[in-house]
Amino acid sequence: MNIEAIDVNESIGLVSKVLCDHDKRKGILISTLHKIQAENGYLPEDILRALSKKISIPLAEIYSVASFYKQFHFSPRGKKIVRVCTGTACHVRGAAKVEHALKDHYHIKAGETTPDLKLTLETVGCVGCCGLAPVVTVNEEVMGTIGPKKIKHLIHVIEEEGVAHGEN
Amino acid sequence: MEKIKSIEDFDNLRLLLKEETFKEDVPRIRLCSGTACAATGSHKVAADLEHELEASHKHVEIVKTGCQGFCQQGPVMKVEPWGYYYQKVKNSDAHEIVSATISGGFPIRKLLYRDSVADEPCEMVDTVPYYKKQMRIALKNNGVIDPRQIYHFIAVGGYSALAKALSSMTPDEVLEEVDKANLRGRGGAGFPAGQKWKHSKKAPGTLKFVIANGDEGDPGAFMDRSIMEGDPHGLLEGMLLCAYAIKATYGFVYVRHEYPLAVVNLKHAIKQAEEMGFLGNNIMGTDFSCHIEVREGAGAFVCGESTALVASIEGERGFPRPRPPRLSEPGGGVWGYPSNLNNIETYACVPPIIENGAAWFKSIGTENSPGTKVFALTGKVKNTGLVEVPMGITLREIIFDIGGGILDGKKFKAVQTGGPSGGCLPEEYLDLKVDFDSLTKVGSMMGSGGMVVMDEDTCVVDVAKFFLSFTKEESCGKCPPCRVGTYQMLEILEKITAGKGEPGDIERLEKICRLVGKGSLCGLGQSAPNPILSTLKYFREEYEEHVHDKYCRAKVCSGLGTFTIDHSECFLCGLCKQACAFNAVKESRRAYFIDQDMCTKCKACFTACPIGAVKIGKVKKQAGVGR
Repeated sequence: MNIEAIDVNESIGLVSKVLCDHDKRKGILISTLHKIQAENGYLPEDILRALSKKISIPLAEIYSVASFYKQFHFSPRGKKIVRVCTGTACHVRGAAKVEHALKDHYHIKAGETTPDLKLTLETVGCVGCCGLAPVVTVNEEVMGTIGPKKIKHLIHVIEEEGVAHGEN
Repeated sequence: MEKIKSIEDFDNLRLLLKEETFKEDVPRIRLCSGTACAATGSHKVAADLEHELEASHKHVEIVKTGCQGFCQQGPVMKVEPWGYYYQKVKNSDAHEIVSATISGGFPIRKLLYRDSVADEPCEMVDTVPYYKKQMRIALKNNGVIDPRQIYHFIAVGGYSALAKALSSMTPDEVLEEVDKANLRGRGGAGFPAGQKWKHSKKAPGTLKFVIANGDEGDPGAFMDRSIMEGDPHGLLEGMLLCAYAIKATYGFVYVRHEYPLAVVNLKHAIKQAEEMGFLGNNIMGTDFSCHIEVREGAGAFVCGESTALVASIEGERGFPRPRPPRLSEPGGGVWGYPSNLNNIETYACVPPIIENGAAWFKSIGTENSPGTKVFALTGKVKNTGLVEVPMGITLREIIFDIGGGILDGKKFKAVQTGGPSGGCLPEEYLDLKVDFDSLTKVGSMMGSGGMVVMDEDTCVVDVAKFFLSFTKEESCGKCPPCRVGTYQMLEILEKITAGKGEPGDIERLEKICRLVGKGSLCGLGQSAPNPILSTLKYFREEYEEHVHDKYCRAKVCSGLGTFTIDHSECFLCGLCKQACAFNAVKESRRAYFIDQDMCTKCKACFTACPIGAVKIGKVKKQAGVGR
């Protein structure tokens, strides 16, 4: 993404009329970080440096904000991001078993990425599909009621689409 | 889309739309397209239905609605004018729906809801027990309209409360009405919205903000997501009414980044409302102006706290700060401007109040908590999903009449209300009338409305540990009582559930609970001990069993108890021997038995046994050990 092209006034919207320059620049930080991450999958250092220059906010301050929120990442991530929901309802209905099965299969811990950048395994607080507990999301797609039998199917889905992406 | 230039314009459009949209003689399928139903394949169903309808040259309107609430049975749909309610629809059923129901008007039996195989299926929505006791105010448009169609919203009476307020009420009258209705904040604490609005209105300064808190981080609650996804215009209307009452000119909806569909639908709704002149400058030709925008969070539970949310909107770390100044005071809100923050559900309740009056709203629910509340009923109940019920309904009615009772005929043990800030209530409180005050009195809280049902197979100590690990993870780290305290409490709970509990641990836990509750800066820390305190209050003997008898009666915690094989049940399949990684299961000629010296209590044999012949019992106190 072209950092130079960011228009602070446009990004912050109509409130720009009532804010001072510094507030505006700070105000667009989180949404800009979201955009950078959507494009790159993580927050690359050089882009953050460029951003720091552009909006005149010290890199340390940007890092302080980005590291506070769990959704920002500083290292490259897998093609498939598998999030195991560990919300209350999923916990009660056996999310731990699903998590274990995936950990054992890919030999990574939650929060880690496989060395071939195929998959990142994460746990997430609650995706709001408690009716379908236990829930796993693969990228943006939600898969519900993962029982012991469906775990195999889940792994199959993860692998299958991974291959398809590789071919493309 | 033409811009509405005056109230008369709007009235004309509404009358026109009322006749044009949702005509009675056109068959209609209202298909749920909320996140849960989309996950179970409602998009495929919609595509196949459209395909089938085209092939048979039938004119049927398919309305892709927001969440209809019965998430577990998804995808669900209503077929009108007959009113049939279908659940668990697959795309392969599309042909039958068109040929039998649309062409012939017959219900399809296998798609109708039934409690059990022996019961007669329920044809209509109103006869399904899950919906029978519900009453919809905040969710009234969910399941009726397509959230992406502003015309649908206007046709069912949307924006008419705003038109009424703008044309015939002064801002003070709007505020007075909300105050009289005693609408209490649906986010958890139950602070009266009217008073909050008055506070914001009184604050000096010409520039004010309205903020909707859609940072619904509680695990187990998803009503705000449903409203944002399924009725975004309803939320906007509520916010506009608030803005009109307190004379605010800007507004934000703060949404979790985990809810992508909500963000998309809200942005779409804002764009439509701006085009039609319901948002922006000179709304509906009057001199009232208000701009609303969406702000996304980035995954921090603490940002649901008001001061942290404001920090996050400003682009800072989401740290809470001491109050005062409160948000409604100068210097407290976003960028220092007085701001009024309410929960999504609270705003969604405002338009019906303005339209029908405070007296109507007060006639529903209990005296001190009027209106309805949406609960996310989940856990070990048969029917899970969103339920909106009048306040004052009993827990038993929610769990057994609406929820259909416990899964697999197990025994009810506890119900957890209010998420990580709430508490567990035992069976004796099943007949408690649910409202803000009654729940607080018994040591739990309304919270945002999560309701997780637990059966006898759930260990309450494990549940407390789960909530603690959540709050520990989400603690922002600003104040030591919360940062250190949650960590220490979790340590003790982990020790207890691993079978290493010592006498005195429970007392130590209680002490830390008190300190954290009193010493923390924000609501997250202050309420973090609630799950432990309430389970200690009602299930203390289970904690004691874990510590003293090394026994978990729900058999959830591993590392506890004595493992034995019941020889009268065992049929010698040998699976337990295979499962054991430590060679503790020994085989004799006629039986298997467990060598207690080798056993690590890992529960592998217990889970492997197909008939439950491996028993976990209390550890017998050995003679000569100890004093």
